[in-house]
Amino acid sequence: MDFLDSNLGIFLIILGQCLLVTVLLLVSLAFLLWMDRKVWGAVQLRRSVNVVGPFGLLQSFADFVKFALKEIIIPSGADKPVFFLAPLISFVLATIAWAAIPFYADEESAWVIANLNVGILYIFSVSSLEVYGVIMGGWASNSKYPFLGGLRSAAQMISYEVSIGFIIVGVLISTGSLNLIEIVNAQRGEWGFLSWYWLPHLPMVVLFFVSALAETNRPPFDLPEAESELVAGYQVEYSSTPYLLFMIGEYMAIVLMCALTTILFFGGWLSPVPGIPDGLFWFVAKVVFFFFIFAMVKAIVPRYRYDQLMRLGWKVFLPMSLGWVVIVAAFAQLGVPGYARW
Amino acid sequence: MDGLLREYLPILVFLGIAIGLGLVLIVIPALLAPYRPDPEKTSAYECGFNAFDDARMKFDVRFYLVSILFIIFDLEVAFLFPWAVAFKDVGLFGFWSMMVFLAVLTIGFAYEWKKGALEWE
Amino acid sequence: MTVADYAFYLFAIVLTAAGLMTIFARNPVHSVLWLICAFLSASGLFVLLGAEFLAMLMLIVYVGAVAVLFLFVVMMLDVDFSELKAGMAQHLPVGLLIGLVILMQLTIVAGDWIWADAAPMLRAAVAPPPAEVENTAALGQLIYTRYVLLFQLAGLVLLVAMIGAIVLTLRHRANVKRQDVLAQLYRDPARAVELKDVQPGQGI
Repeated sequence: MDFLDSNLGIFLIILGQCLLVTVLLLVSLAFLLWMDRKVWGAVQLRRSVNVVGPFGLLQSFADFVKFALKEIIIPSGADKPVFFLAPLISFVLATIAWAAIPFYADEESAWVIANLNVGILYIFSVSSLEVYGVIMGGWASNSKYPFLGGLRSAAQMISYEVSIGFIIVGVLISTGSLNLIEIVNAQRGEWGFLSWYWLPHLPMVVLFFVSALAETNRPPFDLPEAESELVAGYQVEYSSTPYLLFMIGEYMAIVLMCALTTILFFGGWLSPVPGIPDGLFWFVAKVVFFFFIFAMVKAIVPRYRYDQLMRLGWKVFLPMSLGWVVIVAAFAQLGVPGYARW
Repeated sequence: MDGLLREYLPILVFLGIAIGLGLVLIVIPALLAPYRPDPEKTSAYECGFNAFDDARMKFDVRFYLVSILFIIFDLEVAFLFPWAVAFKDVGLFGFWSMMVFLAVLTIGFAYEWKKGALEWE
Repeated sequence: MTVADYAFYLFAIVLTAAGLMTIFARNPVHSVLWLICAFLSASGLFVLLGAEFLAMLMLIVYVGAVAVLFLFVVMMLDVDFSELKAGMAQHLPVGLLIGLVILMQLTIVAGDWIWADAAPMLRAAVAPPPAEVENTAALGQLIYTRYVLLFQLAGLVLLVAMIGAIVLTLRHRANVKRQDVLAQLYRDPARAVELKDVQPGQGI
């Protein structure tokens, strides 16, 4: 045990944990991508991917190899360093946000890379930086479609971030801590899934989910890459692995939002029925469920127009979430059951 | 090592891994894939037209306004975070102090709404 | 040296270098990107000081919001930066003066809170010891009750900023078709549609 307690030992343990989480994330991302495409296929009555591997399960890996063997095209007017920095940033930010996500915790151990006191703030701040990948990609390409797409996307992401902030504050008032593990533990109760935050914070669950769609540029809010007007938005000039990095970053952010929904409102790793043990299984199952809803929304809902999107963000979500903060605070002050759990 | 910093070290390590992985991914095609640029291939994509004008053009002032308003609301959220965490400690006085703060900003919000600053055209 | 020391030197060197690059980069967009890099290292330094809430706030407010505005401005304005550079010698004294004032202010603060004999007592009187309360909660316990006046003034400053931004930038364009959602929602089908019984061969 001496070695494990030395500085080098601690460092190696951390390195091992980080590598493990990164690899697991990337591999599960490959299968989630497959699931995404299968869901769209099913909704549109197509077969979808079914060639590589059984049921097309290995499609994402084949795609990866193909991406890796393609030529990187650098547009003639591009600003080279920024052009490559943009996809790198969106990949790195989406990845490191996962460092603070707890997968499971009980009295003895916590399955989290960094159990921060300010966990939720860390995730909020890292996801607020994700806008840079988009702006920089759009600007560096020196082409009109990417530029317009980047601008639109930036304005859209910052508009919905405000509502996400207010929604998080509501949950924090109920919990009294910024630590994600404590947020989950505050939802433990004898009523099983009825003690989770989704019930007292019900309107905010919907708002959070829709804001998450807008924040990650997912349909119906995928205006930055609305192919009918902007071709592919900020990604137009990207090819090969830089494009792949954008895509991985985007999906990583989506799964992150699913995980955040799970932790904030649906009790993380807590089991829905009292008596059944908690566990990592529940966390994964809930995340996959929300990812499924993300996929269904993409397949079913038509795209918003840009002015409608901004209106929804500023005139509907912002006042609603702000009002909800006041309501939750009043309820917690008055001691309404379920709202104050410190 | 300090307990607090002990929790932040993994983030630094994770950052390193993510950057390394990203760089490796960018380098792979540079080594394996063909690289044969020609003027047409590297020209800006414009649906078949030749590009006219510089792509980095002026855009609507509304984007500014949105980002200024965003800064203000972001600061408001920033003030709410410690309040939410210390909610049980600040008592009724802290509660009303924040309500006044929010009311002042709601006046600003109402002004924006009335002036049509939130409308996108 | 411990890991924390290495991290300090890493962040400090990056911060200084990024600050210099902000000034010397030729391309204004690169300048802003270097500025962002400087903000990031500064928030790393905050973490090393144990001020984790401030570090995250630095990221959220400065990098996530203010620098986005800077990028918008720099990307949009067609400013001739070589012309601005030429005026550098002219503005240098003013810049140095401002720098000096900020340095003096920082020294006053540090003198009051760190070097003065009564400093430890002064600090202990205001904030709970850092080991007991995490610093977000400690801030929360102070801002809204003890410093309520400053807090409300901050709210007023934000209000002025909001109104100022609208007064300065808002221009309504003429001839724009807008969607009135409420009018659409409350449109009465009975009055919007008229049913007419058209006889064959007659038309309306």
